[in-house]
Amino acid sequence: MPTPADRELVQQLITEGAPLVEVLPRAEYEDEHLPGAISIPLRELDRERVRQLERSRPIIAYCYDYQ
Amino acid sequence: MSPRAAARLESLGFEQVYDYVAGKADWGSAGLPLEGTNGRETRAGAHIRSDVPTCRLDERLPIVCERLEQSGWDTCFVVDDRRVVLGRLGRRAIRGREDVSIEEVMTPGPSTIRPSARLRDVLERMRTQKLTNLPVTTSDGRFTGLLTRRDAEEALRRFEG
Repeated sequence: MPTPADRELVQQLITEGAPLVEVLPRAEYEDEHLPGAISIPLRELDRERVRQLERSRPIIAYCYDYQ
Repeated sequence: MSPRAAARLESLGFEQVYDYVAGKADWGSAGLPLEGTNGRETRAGAHIRSDVPTCRLDERLPIVCERLEQSGWDTCFVVDDRRVVLGRLGRRAIRGREDVSIEEVMTPGPSTIRPSARLRDVLERMRTQKLTNLPVTTSDGRFTGLLTRRDAEEALRRFEG
């Protein structure tokens, strides 16, 4: 089960090298995103799109807020 | 949306998936930087005045007023040890100069905005509510500065032509 993360934990995970994945539509990512985040819109989230990401390392998903 | 994405990542074989549910709204409201085409310039946090005086609850009004005179400001925000905003000293309190504690004369719980607030939205609110400025705090209530209506109008004119 995914682990809920607050801002402090996210900052710590980023410093440890965890990739950040914004899952909003690409236009919203281009508008603004967290530093270093990659864009994989939820509708495009499949095996091919995550092929280059290591499965054994922590990974962080985020969107705009609690919606 | 991120809970579904996090679940999908798990189904794709990721072993340690974290869901930052508060997302970029939380990140921006904490005053942390964002990247992208919608630059920082369009947000309130880029245009705040950070030299606004602050004071503590237990200070005496005449001493704070003296400080205000030297600073040239006619307002002051009451903060705690962590700079969380507790109140504001308005012009009436400052003019009165009674020998009382700040706690007795402050206006508690002033409205605030986040650094990530869109300048256009803030300006509209200022116009509707006839406000000349709004204090800017992070999502945990810490004071970062003051956005004046004049600064907001000038900034919007600059990048909207």
